[in-house]
Parts: sequence; structure tokens; C-alpha cells
Amino acid sequence: MFIHKVLMRKFLVLILLLCPFALAQESPGLGVPASPEEVAGWDISIGPEGENLPAGSGTVAQGASIYAVQCFACHGPNGEGATNDRLAGGHGSLETANARKTVGSYWPYATTVFDYVRRAMPFQQPGSLNDGEVYALTAYLLNINGIVDEATVLNAETLPTIEMPNRDGFIWSSEVR
Amino acid sequence: MSDTDDSVDQIEAVAANGLLHRRAFLKTGALVTGGATFLSAQAAPPEVDAWSTVPGRPPEAYGNRSDFESDVLRTPGFSPPALGAGASRTPHGSLEGMITPSALHFERHHNGIPNIDPDEHRLLIHGLVDRPLIFDLETLSRYPLVSRIQFLECSGNSRLLDADQPVDGSAQSIHGLLSCSEWTGVPLSILLDEAVIQTEGMWVLAEGADSSLMTRSIPMSKVRDDAIIALYQNGERLRPGNGYPMRLFLPGWEGNTSVKWLRRIKVTEAPTMTRDETSKYSDLRPDGSAQLFSFQMGVKSIITSPSGQQTMRGPGLYQISGLAWTGAGRISRVEVSADGGRSWGDAELSGPVLSKALTRFRMPWRWNGGPALIQSRAYDETGAVQPTRTALISQRGTQYNYHNHAIQTWQVSSNGEVSNVYS
Repeated sequence: MFIHKVLMRKFLVLILLLCPFALAQESPGLGVPASPEEVAGWDISIGPEGENLPAGSGTVAQGASIYAVQCFACHGPNGEGATNDRLAGGHGSLETANARKTVGSYWPYATTVFDYVRRAMPFQQPGSLNDGEVYALTAYLLNINGIVDEATVLNAETLPTIEMPNRDGFIWSSEVR
Repeated sequence: MSDTDDSVDQIEAVAANGLLHRRAFLKTGALVTGGATFLSAQAAPPEVDAWSTVPGRPPEAYGNRSDFESDVLRTPGFSPPALGAGASRTPHGSLEGMITPSALHFERHHNGIPNIDPDEHRLLIHGLVDRPLIFDLETLSRYPLVSRIQFLECSGNSRLLDADQPVDGSAQSIHGLLSCSEWTGVPLSILLDEAVIQTEGMWVLAEGADSSLMTRSIPMSKVRDDAIIALYQNGERLRPGNGYPMRLFLPGWEGNTSVKWLRRIKVTEAPTMTRDETSKYSDLRPDGSAQLFSFQMGVKSIITSPSGQQTMRGPGLYQISGLAWTGAGRISRVEVSADGGRSWGDAELSGPVLSKALTRFRMPWRWNGGPALIQSRAYDETGAVQPTRTALISQRGTQYNYHNHAIQTWQVSSNGEVSNVYS
């Protein structure tokens, strides 16, 4: 009787220990398979190696024209900043008590500029620029930060090769190292 | 009366300048009676109040609070023309307990609150999975749900404490990017298991359906630990400002990672290095380097009553009340000081003390009418202690911008005014 009780208790403990895991695996299985075409339509994210960059290309000069119409009101002349973020300058300011984080002084990856502008800008009409226009704007923003010259043409091949000045300025927190 | 109270206070004192053991409230019956006498002498109520003589309003389809509470509000802030890129803060100085009413939960948006039709909204899970899958709200609601009471804090909360000079602020303006709700949703790991993660899948990218299509990269370990797709907040469907109809919820982590209006989860090998995890929400240090992926919110506490921009009504017995929390788990202890941190006494933790939830603490305080500097200091179950502002700044400078969990000081002046100071 005594042995039975002990065994039963051990058995119950085992059940209790296993239960959460057993429950965690339980799924009604209601997900609907997504076709490659559906996934391609949704997946606009660009990785730091240039993964998933689309076709198209743009120049610094084209970007300057688009900037004047789409970006100037919030970001000011030459990316100096206005009602919203400063986009250029600030080089060498990160160690000071008045750090100015811009695309040129702070951002570690040029691919992020393309990804962010395409998904979120211009603020009042996100998603309204075509891929060539986004390449052009990216080229312009890099040019006003002195990272690429005026003759630069950006596309899926050239964008990932851009070395951002603050590329090595970041460390990963101990939470993910 | 004061002689008697002084003798009681000497027995019950837990720290200098009037901090008392919680028994003080139970033993000072004389004071309570005295207070009641004072009230009745001030304003004798009519035998029957006006509202007792007429029929009241009929029942309401959706409840409203009393008209007399209409000034308890969030404080929306934004810079035109980008009206949707702003925040609203929880009025902690007017609230009690551990749960934030849904209508007063803080908000932080990057391009406004989308008006999402739940029948049209879809969630796609893809990337390094064997079976890319699409879910809608109705099917997700059939999955095993879990409910947890947990805090959400923007990592920019309390950023004002980085200022060189103390700002004239309140618990709301300084610490209002913090709230706590009961969140109900589907563990994300169940959905990922259904999609079958490939072995290289170490991160996920979460994307929102707002017009900034906000994205953050999340390590798979967090997904496995306690990430959920939240569908309900305090029992009802999420509020639009908090991600309706579905949001990622990552307990204890900086609020920005709990992506609202969730529409896509992409399993990846490495982080995608999005704008919000590199150029924002990274921690700039004095040497010019910056830290990425500091997700967990530190051990922290604030005093909500009395708090900044409030006025105390004369000397006497009060209750100091505040909130403590930690992204590491449970709060184990909160101390309160009324003399700027020279002496400390243990506050009472008002249960339940839940993991990654706000914990309410309280401490009786007999204010003698003189100047006082009140502070709280939290400890968590991992042994972490809330640092002083001086210690935090000496360690990481003032450009860090995020994760400020320093001890904050309210100064009570002789005229009863409460203000934010550095001490």
C-alpha cells in the first residue's frame, strides 16, 4: 500500500511535469498553406546582406529630385532635419554629449535605408514609391552623407557592397551573444 | 493626540522622517476617528442627497466612468505634420492597484493607429519553415489560449531622467510609458511548430500592419520561452491603439518588440537589422559605441502617490504607494526612503506578486510637514537591485536614451508641493 502511494505520487509528478509540454504541442492545425506567390507578395524585408532586394536601380540625381518633392518638408534641405529626423551629418558626434544620430553617422547597414524608406516613407503615403525611386532616394541619402559619389547607381548588386561609416560601432548585448 | 501618535510612531518606525510599519494603519484608530470628525464638522451632508431623490440612468451597453473622473486622461503627444508618430502616457498619479484600465494603457505609434477589419486581416508565417502558413483571427481564436497579467514598458520610458537638470514632471509625464494588463493569446511556438521550423531558424522578424509596417527581429529563444500572439486585453479584444486585432506580446521586454497589428512572422537565420533595432532602440554609450538587442527591462520602481505636481494637504498620516516591476521575473522586495536615500524601510508588497507584472507596494508615512525626499528602490528574484541615477549615468552616460531604470526622487516641500528632483 505504502509502495503504491509512493509510486502513484511519482507517476503524478511525472504527469504534471510532462503536461505543459504535451499541451504546448497540441494544435488544431488550422493554418492554411501559403503559396510561393503569396509569400513573395508579402515579403518585403531586406536583410543586411541584401537578401530579397528587388530589381530596379536609381541614381543620386534622381534621388535628389524625389527628395525635394517627397521628403524636404519633414527632413529639411540636404537632410538637415526639420519637424522630423535629421538624416545627414553628425559624423564624429557619437562620443560627445550632443550625439547626432543620422543615416551617415549612425546607421550600420545601407540595406536598412532601402528597407525602411520602401516600407514606411513618405510618411503621408507609405508604399507609394516604386523600387527604382527607393534605390534613387537611398543613393541620395548616402551621397549627402559623403558615403557614395554623385555618379553612383544603386541596385540589388551595388547596394549591399556599401560600407557604412559606423558599421563596426555596434556590439550585441549579452542577452543574445 | 500628537503625543500618543509620536509614541506609536517610535515603536512602528521603519526608517527616518516618518516611515512606519504597515501596522501603523491598523493601530491609529484614534487618528481615523479624528479625521471623520473633522470631515463632518467641515461639511455636514444633507439627510438625503439630491441623487437619492430621482431615478438614476438606465443600464449602459458599454460602461462609462463617472463624470467626476473625466480629468483622468492620457496625455497624447505628437509633432505635426506627423500626427501618427507619437505617444500617450498612463496617468499613474491617479491610478491604484496593478492593472491599467485598457482606455488608459500607454500608446506609442510610428504612423498612427490603423483601422483594421478583422475579417480581412491575415497573419503569414514563412521563411525558414517547411510549411508557410496563413492564419486569420477566427482560426487563431480556436487555438489553446493562455492568459497572463504582465507589464509593458517602452524602453524610452523615464528618459527624462537623463536630462542635466530635473524636469518639472509627474509620474505620468516621466514614467507614463508603462502599463499592465491581462493579455490573452496563442503561444507563438504552437504556430511555429505547425509551420515546422528549419534548424537554421534562430530568429524571427515580426512585422506590423500599420502604415509604417514596423519590424523587429526577435531571437527564437524568446519565442520558445513565453512569446504570445495576444488577442485580448483585460478580457476584451485588443484596443486599436494596442494592436487590434492581434499583436506580438513579449513579456518583460522593451515595448517596441511587442509588434502591434501583427501581420507577418518570418523565420530567419540572423536578425534582419531593421531601422527600429539599429538606428532606434539601440543604446549609445560614452565611447561612441552602441549596444544592439538589449531587450529585457531592468528592475525598477516608482512612487505614484504622492508624486510630481500633486499637493499634499497638510501634515498627518499618509500612504506612500507605488509600482515595482522587472523584466527578469518577480519583484522580491521594495524599500522606501523619506530622507533622500539615507535610511530605508521595507514596503508592503500588495499581492499577487506575479512574474513580469506590475507589483503594487505601499508604506504608511506620517508627514511632519517638513521637507522630505521620497524614493523607492526595487529588488528582484535574481538579486538585481534598482540603481541610483548617479550610478546609472556614471556607468553609461546620458546619451543612452533607453532602459532608464534609475531610482527617482520626489521632493515634498513644506507647502506640500511634490516635484521631481535629483538627490
